[in-house]
Amino acid sequence: MMSDKNKYKVDEKGMYGRFGGAFIPEMLQPNIENLKNVYLDIINSDAFQKEYKSLLKDYVGRPSPLYFAKRLSEKYDTNIYLKREDLNHTGAHKVNNTVGQILIAKHMGKDRIIAETGAGQHGVATATACALMGLRCVVYMGEIDIKRQAPNVARMKMLGAEVVAATSGSKTLKDATNEALRDWICNPEDTFYLIGSVVGPHPYPDMVARLQAIISEEIAWQIKEKTSKDYPDYVVACVGGGSNAAGSFYHFMDDERVNLIAVEASGMGVDSGETAATIALGDLGVIHGSKTFLMQSDDGQITEPYSISAGLDYPGIGPLHAHLHDTKRASILSATDQDALDSAMELTQLEGIIPALESSHALAVLKKKKFKKNDSVVITLSGRGDKDMETYMKHFGF
Amino acid sequence: MNRLQKLLKEQKDIFSVYYTAGYPNLNDTMPVLNALQKSGTHLVELGMPFSDPLADGPTIQKSSEQALENGMSLKVLFEQIKDMRSSIDMPIVLMGYFNPVFKYGVEAFVKKCSEVGVDGVILPDLPFDEYQDNYQDLFEQNGISNIFLITPQTPDERIKLIDDNSNGFIYMVSSASVTGAKKGLSDEQITYFNRVNNLGLSTGRLIGFGISNKETFQTACDFASGAIIGSAFVKLLDENGASEKAIADFVKNIKNN
Repeated sequence: MMSDKNKYKVDEKGMYGRFGGAFIPEMLQPNIENLKNVYLDIINSDAFQKEYKSLLKDYVGRPSPLYFAKRLSEKYDTNIYLKREDLNHTGAHKVNNTVGQILIAKHMGKDRIIAETGAGQHGVATATACALMGLRCVVYMGEIDIKRQAPNVARMKMLGAEVVAATSGSKTLKDATNEALRDWICNPEDTFYLIGSVVGPHPYPDMVARLQAIISEEIAWQIKEKTSKDYPDYVVACVGGGSNAAGSFYHFMDDERVNLIAVEASGMGVDSGETAATIALGDLGVIHGSKTFLMQSDDGQITEPYSISAGLDYPGIGPLHAHLHDTKRASILSATDQDALDSAMELTQLEGIIPALESSHALAVLKKKKFKKNDSVVITLSGRGDKDMETYMKHFGF
Repeated sequence: MNRLQKLLKEQKDIFSVYYTAGYPNLNDTMPVLNALQKSGTHLVELGMPFSDPLADGPTIQKSSEQALENGMSLKVLFEQIKDMRSSIDMPIVLMGYFNPVFKYGVEAFVKKCSEVGVDGVILPDLPFDEYQDNYQDLFEQNGISNIFLITPQTPDERIKLIDDNSNGFIYMVSSASVTGAKKGLSDEQITYFNRVNNLGLSTGRLIGFGISNKETFQTACDFASGAIIGSAFVKLLDENGASEKAIADFVKNIKNN
């Protein structure tokens, strides 16, 4: 079944079909060119692989379990397996990427790390990796997000990072990304920009996907141990920028027996104006150096998304996912705030696992699609719900 | 030959100003351009405001936000340019980011530029390869010069490639920075200007980023066809509004020896 290999991988121009590329100002061109020339050699080198795998095992705590959710499976009359990225160090899949990119930065001789963060999860994972390696760390975060996410700001500071408020535009994730890019323009020599998702100019989407691919690499052997088949029938993940989905899909993209489902956040509803369902809206453009679907006005101004989940409210989507949608390789569903809250409560009470709000969007697939009794359905639980307790308390009245 | 190509051919020490269209008020575009032209400005880069101007510092970011709030858009801007072409004969170069142009439709955009009297376009985040593969013929057929940026980090080979495919001017970014970030010109930058001069390029260069006063303007003119003042001018408007006198004094102070 492994025909037409690499159909869904990035091409030599940095494109996934008609998406991707590197739409960057000339000031960033040498940095991007340099990274493009070295990232594959570094990732494929024995030295990198040895160090990366060792850190994933002993520091991050991998492999993360593939857990058969018995009671949830009984309720939906199918076989549900949860990929437990929530059990990673720092509480989400983000750390797979930051540990990998920090090693790439070190190989490139960079000693100053910059990152953008929305809710602070990627910022914390970056600050963690920098503390581990003894590198300087600057995290850009929207002024509004800094106020909303005080515990994560404190974690980053405790880890030694400098947190800089992005005060331009809407003062949220997209503006923090702009500020990080501006920093990189001004500091091209010593600085490495550690992007947190499969977004941005080529080679970032491919680099981040490769570093998150450990998720599907493990699913592939774990599912063999748990079922009579050597592949799952479905892999389901939530998608904002799309890094945990890219990692969950990566090793299955060319195996058409495996159905891929990505769940976007539709906030108050796709047509409500208060949404982050980028693909459902389907408007093509260029954001942060990548051609993809994004949320914009009729005049091409990028608009602010909305979701209850801070990790999913990015106005664009990784070019890989735009391509998987375009080629119909993946189905893209959407879940509202309420769907996510309902699914979070359901998982907590049936399985004793409090999921992150982002991951709860993936769980909402169970209410949107009927699976067969014999199907094996892997749902990636990208993060744990500790960071969302305030939202849960407010909505459930605890 | 469009107005821009003519200017580069005939004028020395080109004094060029970047101005965010529709700032500080939506209908200030024409009075500001009139005042600039009257006071002896040779060329204007008219900023098309964008929500996410990632190569710009705080001054131009803020002016873009204000202009968008005022209701500026490509449609409005094209109307304004059309109306002012009877009185403004300076070359006009539109400068902005690719997404609004892409959304408008690149072909429709280039044709409209040609129709209303725009001479050139600067889209910093439209990469050279993308331009060459998809848009170069369109621009050239409509007589619109696409202007590329080069920086101190741009390799000589790439500069030559850009030179071969340019027909307006090359925008020499003076240092690794966003707009409005640095003051003055250092020895290191002078070395870079000399290096580029020694490449024997056929396209004229204008130096921008970090040009804010008489001294930096003159230094830039020693090494190129002229220079572009951006943030310093936008700051002036921020402080004085679209005052004809303030604009005249500003230009006079920088330009005159």
